[in-house]
Amino acid sequence: MAHDAAIATTHPVSFLEERGRFTGILSWIFSTDHKRIGILYLFSMLAMFLVGATFAFLMRLELIAPGKTIIEPQTYNSFFTLHGVIMIFLFIIPSIPAAFGNFFLPIQIGAKDVAFPRLNLLSWWLYISGAALAIYSLVSGAAPADTGWTFYAPYSIRTGTNVSLTVFAAFVLGFSSILTGVNFITTIHRMRAPGMGWFKMPLFQWALYATGWIQIIATPIVGITLLLVIFERAFGIGVFDPTKGGDPILYQHLFWIYSHPAVYIMILPGMGVISEMIPVFARRTIFGYKFIAFSSLAIAFFGSLVWGHHMFVSGQSYTADVVFSLLTFLVAIPSAIKVFNWVATLYKGSIELESPMLFSLAFIFLFSIGGLTGLMQGALAVNVHIHDTSFIVGHFHYVMFGGTGFAFFGALHYWFPKMFGKMYNRKLAKIAWGFMFVGFNTLYFPLLVIGWMGMPRRYYDYLPQFHTGHLISTIGSWILITGILLVLYNLGRALIKGEKAGQNPWGGATLEWQTSTPPPLENFEKIPEVNRDPYDFRGIAVQ
Amino acid sequence: MTDFLSLQRSIPLTKSIAIRKTWRRSLQMVGTTEFAVAKHSDYTGAKIGMWLFLFTELLLFGGMFVLYSVYRYKYAHDFHIAAYELNQLMGAINTVILLTSSLTMALSIAALQRANRKLSNIFLIITIVLGVLFLVNKYFEWSAKIEHGIYPNSPLLARSFNNGETLFFGLYYAMTGLHGLHVVIGIGILTFMLYFINRQPTTQFAIEPAQVDELRGSQLKIEDRQGRKLWDGATIGNSVRRISITFKHYATDETFDRTNITKLENSGLYWHLVDIIWIFLFPLFYLIT
Repeated sequence: MAHDAAIATTHPVSFLEERGRFTGILSWIFSTDHKRIGILYLFSMLAMFLVGATFAFLMRLELIAPGKTIIEPQTYNSFFTLHGVIMIFLFIIPSIPAAFGNFFLPIQIGAKDVAFPRLNLLSWWLYISGAALAIYSLVSGAAPADTGWTFYAPYSIRTGTNVSLTVFAAFVLGFSSILTGVNFITTIHRMRAPGMGWFKMPLFQWALYATGWIQIIATPIVGITLLLVIFERAFGIGVFDPTKGGDPILYQHLFWIYSHPAVYIMILPGMGVISEMIPVFARRTIFGYKFIAFSSLAIAFFGSLVWGHHMFVSGQSYTADVVFSLLTFLVAIPSAIKVFNWVATLYKGSIELESPMLFSLAFIFLFSIGGLTGLMQGALAVNVHIHDTSFIVGHFHYVMFGGTGFAFFGALHYWFPKMFGKMYNRKLAKIAWGFMFVGFNTLYFPLLVIGWMGMPRRYYDYLPQFHTGHLISTIGSWILITGILLVLYNLGRALIKGEKAGQNPWGGATLEWQTSTPPPLENFEKIPEVNRDPYDFRGIAVQ
Repeated sequence: MTDFLSLQRSIPLTKSIAIRKTWRRSLQMVGTTEFAVAKHSDYTGAKIGMWLFLFTELLLFGGMFVLYSVYRYKYAHDFHIAAYELNQLMGAINTVILLTSSLTMALSIAALQRANRKLSNIFLIITIVLGVLFLVNKYFEWSAKIEHGIYPNSPLLARSFNNGETLFFGLYYAMTGLHGLHVVIGIGILTFMLYFINRQPTTQFAIEPAQVDELRGSQLKIEDRQGRKLWDGATIGNSVRRISITFKHYATDETFDRTNITKLENSGLYWHLVDIIWIFLFPLFYLIT
């Protein structure tokens, strides 16, 4: 309990230097400090991101030409499964909330920590256990899972590959996600600093709040569904097995009841950080604060009612198809509200094109493409045409990588100086962004085109007319990887020998910029009194 | 020169303690430091967290209840026939056991709220015993079924039962099995609580080596808020590197800690949840025939 004693001195000791009960690695993996846990998440997720990206890189290389290029078909099936499982469950679902949410949620509302610090540490341990299980499932058993990340029954209950372990890993990760959601919601309800009313909160908090609710409401359903897949494989209870009277469509329903809201778990925090960065770099207060705040809740609500649009061709009733199609169109409204408000914030602002801003602008552009292609799929007739084509792959990556991924890297550049007290090479950051942006579009835009022409998704081989598209796409993957490696090099170099960052390098007005860099153990010298709006830049100086 | 150090640490005592350390340099009073020990326990926050978690548990079982309703609708007749295989008496006994255990759980909490730790312990132990009895009963019930060849994927089910009946038993094993697992976890939590409400917690404050240097030659004293002397300590000599102050809370029945009650209440909520799920499982599987 020694670390409970905070010693006040004239120079605040940052949380990075604070000596606790343990030293070295133990002072990280047993720390209940939300900032250390956030950084633990950040590094473990970046590691998993690189693993997932490697699988993607190899798959793209395989698809550079028709026929076999570097790997066998079965290996290819395992690669896209593990790419999906790792990127979805280990990177993009926890990415922004678990890393930046953990670090900045308490600071932005003026709290010392989250409501349940030990539960927070448990979440990270569960995350790491899930990651270890997922990696172990690669090398143990007969062969790595080959079902795709959706684990569709009845194939998932029949295949001889290592599905049970991979599914169990996803279950453990879901549990970690639930605990984080419980923690965040309680923290936002109970621990706001004096004066921090609901509408004085930064918009990132609203996004995390909405995300927390989806995590709590949706995740248990996929938890039980995945458990049932394990029961099916181990005992053969029959609920998803057509030979015993079970219904595989029911599996799809239960899976998507979680997994569609889960895409909003992935995108909402991204939208939250964009709402933070746009006003700071446009030097203007956010346009339509309440609309952005409530659109987060509206997305969480409508997003929970649209899962059936994944099953338009699976044999659900036509009535259900029509209802789900309508709801899918409705969910576009709050997303569009956000986009229009960001653009309105930029209008007449004095825009500074720092790297976080470049990532934010790229987000708006790429997310708009992703969103509009999503609307096309919401239309029933079009959906039949493009169902299970690489058009879907293109759309999904535009939303998830072009959206959340770019928001993640933007947030990383935005908050890096605050988290580590070091500044990276700003010019190199912009160059790296350029590589990522160009590489991204070169990689995914051709997929939209050839998907429309009829290229199925998840196929190992293809007809000659799709060759050009695949070739361009694979070249794009090389440019994108270069950009990502440049980002990591630049930030890694900054960690080791970057110059010292000031308290407020971007001139932000939210509370994290009012405390020292990096923040002290309990975030503030004394709990702040909040009496201004989060995007009121009057009197805020860059320092 | 006065600095206030606020220590965020929940002290299981109802009143806050102030430690005043006075140090002298060359016989002159230099400064006073006050450790204001803030009592940090957010009763409402703990309750919000627990209810949110219980909500996720309800949804977890909710997925299975959805499956049950769909298949009950699809194979109404088969479900009707299959339910005859279950032993209503055993189910009824288990229902009585669990309901009683919820009562004793509530009594245990009520006793602790009235600062009667001994009575609280007794009711808690009765609750745990009832939980174990439930599992013993369940064990006999399951093993009887398995002996008759009724279990998932069994040759008998495949040979002479039709699809709806097979699904009925698949769901029966999955749902009562998962419920049983929750009973096991609940018993674990209550056993931990038994230890928790009876332990004597300690609170420790450490003064870092850098600060110890500042304090050399001074004497450690403890006074209460009114300045009454509680304890006179030794002078800090040159050999001292690190100082820590430890409080052992020998909680009496009067000064019993509120945070313990919160924890017991939350454990009780979990136990009632396990109970209420059974309240739905019992009629759905045993009674509707």
